[in-house]
Amino acid sequence: MTQASTNPGSDGFTASQAKASWSFLRGHLREYGILFALIAIMVFFQIATDGILLKPINLTNLVLQNSYIVIMAIGMLLVIVSGHIDLSVGSVLGFVGALAAVMIVQWDLPYLLAAVLCLAAGALIGMAQGFWVAYFRIPSFIVTLAGMLVFKGLTLWLLAGQSVGPFPAQFQLIASGFIPDIFGAEGLNLFSLVIGLVVATAILAFAIRTRMSQAKTGAPTEPFAFFAAKHGLIFVALVYMSWLMAGFRGLPNVFIVMALLIAIYSFVTSRTTIGRRIYAIGGNEKAATLSGINSQRLVFLTFANMGMLAALAGLVFAARLNTATPKAGVSFELDVIAAVFIGGASMAGGVGTVVGAVIGAFIMGVMNNGMSILGIGIDWQQCIKGLVLLAAVIFDVMNKKKG
Amino acid sequence: MPTILEMRGITKEFPGVKALNNVSLSVEEGEIHALVGENGAGKSTLMKVLSGVYPHGSYSGDIVFDGEVRAYRGIRDSEADGIIIIHQELALIPLLSIAENIFLGNERARGGIIDWRRTEARAAELLEQVGLRESPKTLVDDLGLGKQQLVEIAKALSKDVRLMILDEPTSSLNETDSRKLLDLLLEFKAKGMTSILISHKLNEISRVADTITVIRDGAAVSRLDCAEGISEGRIIRDMVGRSLDNRFPERVAHAREETALEVRNWTVRHPIHSERRVVDDVSFHVKRGEVLGIAGLMGAGRTELAMSLFGRSWGAGIEGEAWIGGARADLSTVRRAIDAGLAYVTEDRKTYGLVLDDTIRRNVPLAKLEAVADGLVVNRNREAEVAERYRKRLNIKSSSIEQEAVNLSGGNQQKVVLSKWLFADPDILILDEPTRGIDVGAKFEIYTVIRDLAASGKAIIVISSEMPELLGVTDRLYVMNEGRFVAEMATEEASQERIMTAIIKSGEEAA
Repeated sequence: MTQASTNPGSDGFTASQAKASWSFLRGHLREYGILFALIAIMVFFQIATDGILLKPINLTNLVLQNSYIVIMAIGMLLVIVSGHIDLSVGSVLGFVGALAAVMIVQWDLPYLLAAVLCLAAGALIGMAQGFWVAYFRIPSFIVTLAGMLVFKGLTLWLLAGQSVGPFPAQFQLIASGFIPDIFGAEGLNLFSLVIGLVVATAILAFAIRTRMSQAKTGAPTEPFAFFAAKHGLIFVALVYMSWLMAGFRGLPNVFIVMALLIAIYSFVTSRTTIGRRIYAIGGNEKAATLSGINSQRLVFLTFANMGMLAALAGLVFAARLNTATPKAGVSFELDVIAAVFIGGASMAGGVGTVVGAVIGAFIMGVMNNGMSILGIGIDWQQCIKGLVLLAAVIFDVMNKKKG
Repeated sequence: MPTILEMRGITKEFPGVKALNNVSLSVEEGEIHALVGENGAGKSTLMKVLSGVYPHGSYSGDIVFDGEVRAYRGIRDSEADGIIIIHQELALIPLLSIAENIFLGNERARGGIIDWRRTEARAAELLEQVGLRESPKTLVDDLGLGKQQLVEIAKALSKDVRLMILDEPTSSLNETDSRKLLDLLLEFKAKGMTSILISHKLNEISRVADTITVIRDGAAVSRLDCAEGISEGRIIRDMVGRSLDNRFPERVAHAREETALEVRNWTVRHPIHSERRVVDDVSFHVKRGEVLGIAGLMGAGRTELAMSLFGRSWGAGIEGEAWIGGARADLSTVRRAIDAGLAYVTEDRKTYGLVLDDTIRRNVPLAKLEAVADGLVVNRNREAEVAERYRKRLNIKSSSIEQEAVNLSGGNQQKVVLSKWLFADPDILILDEPTRGIDVGAKFEIYTVIRDLAASGKAIIVISSEMPELLGVTDRLYVMNEGRFVAEMATEEASQERIMTAIIKSGEEAA
């Protein structure tokens, strides 16, 4: 007697779950396709580099190298969802790094005060640009193209064409420090591992709670098998990553900052009224305005937020290089914008997720890193990245047409 | 005279709607043939069938032009035969010159290189023919609407036109320009050209037309020979003469004593042409529990009136006062208008009503998102409950609240927009063309919602170009024409003839 004949109910259940999960996945290919792409790319490079990619030291580097792109991609996602674009972020990053260097190195300001002032300066820059975009309807492409030139110029002026550094050790910790291990275990940063476990568990618990309350109201949800597989995978991936990094020096400070930003902005975009309204503006500004949404103010705030995040990225980048150079941030805006579009955002606005943008940034990051390890020249790296961007967007458009 | 065009038994269906039902039209060579009918009667559809916008095969029936059956697959085919349409919305490119516009897509060129001397010389000849004294190099943007209309005609002439179709050519022209245009038509006729004139303005038609075909509800109801002396009353009767059977819920008067909204001396100017008063010194009121109708033709200023009231969403130099519940209301932004109890359901639901790529769940609470949020955080369960409640209440046909608005039919999209505003719980609800492009069943459901809302004490303002709808659903009517309220009547005493007469009388007085 086979299992199937003694217990047809459970087998039928499994089969129907598998089928439901598969059809759910096909229906949501746009959302999950990008995640599979990241996994595929990681597997590819893990094999191609003989396992160097996921070595603890390389993984840590990967996070550090891409932190400032990820931070800016979060802000850019909001800008693009609202139907605009910000080309100035690379220059703003460079300018704020220069500002920090001048304040800390030349004026001897306390680094904390300088950091706060720098963030404020970034927000002000964002407001200055957002003001014209939101209230005077000047196309954001042009306003921020102007901003890109202006702040590139101001960076040169501020640094008088020189590099300024080094920063005090305390300041460098933003980018190159690791969270301390309060347990002091040998060869393993146990505290980092614990944090990883706690966060992974919290995400899982949160997902289960949401699912249960959705079930109560009868809202349609993912098939159970899909839900279980997805969150199982996320749980394992998070724990595995923190275990890997715990094996090197633990979680980098900037990783914590990034994780917090991802969590906060994911929540803001998907769950709050502000987030919902920004999507509505990007989806149909006229309808949003006629629904009583103050679209001008929200667009203005979106740019202010972008400026602040670009400033934060500027601090991280300056701290990482331990010097401010006039060339900092050149063409970063292109990587940031590419990350957001690879992550599924739409040029027309109204579509995109924070997590998607972050995954997009890591796709670019993993490819940079993997291709460098393989010794592929910068020439071919550029070509391949360009083609990946094009392919991602084509996939998106085709998928939308089909849907 | 020989017959140049014969359309035989044309039937054109859209999903759920029969736009044209066995329409026949016969135009003789060298005449001016007028096509009249209410908005939505099917005139434009018929002309789109003729010009190939709806290609051969998408309709049934025959088009016979010059004695041969034709199968046009696109505008290029019909233009090759000399059938040229001049649309109501002019299709000129403002930042190109007159000459460039005339020969757009039809350039005087050799091997892809434009011969400017030939272009301008030919353009100058054509401008002479239409009596427009402007340099061919002048930008179209610098011309008034009347002159732009003449450029369109010159463009038609450049294509060896044999049959010129003008869709409401004078709707945006002043009296002098209109007269000039009509004189030009008569001049062309004297030279043997055939034209079809679509117009609402019966005085113009009786001046120039030789034959009139009246279209009503997608059917040609009469063909009148102007030589026999046709009265305007006869044309109006043919245009509107359908009976009102059970297409409306029963009317019970719910109007209460309290005035919900009173508007005094409201004037709105055009945002670009600030000398044009699109709404001119309009005063009106609506009571709680009352369904008020605003009748008028397209372009009368009704939408502009509504949008200017709703948070100054249209127009410039707005003057006048709005009083709600006995106090002067601040309607200066959409948010304030909503807070004052106003809601506006737009006539153009795709452009102004819906976030099309979003689901029903996300569209419904948009105007009052704070009501489904705890502080700043949207409560998704409550949001889903609200969306589901309205989906059931308005019978929105959809797979679930997760269906995207873009995939709903027109009637169901309209119900989503209506849900959004019902959820915002206004005291005064302005509905602009609430049933445009919607099938009869959904119309009835929307009328029922309107009557229910009135019963619950809301004040409803319905703007509609469909007179039967206004007569069927409202308690009281204003008639608007050219920016002014020209008549007020209780719906019981109103008729389509009275409304049309009021519009036409006011138009003639203004002239």
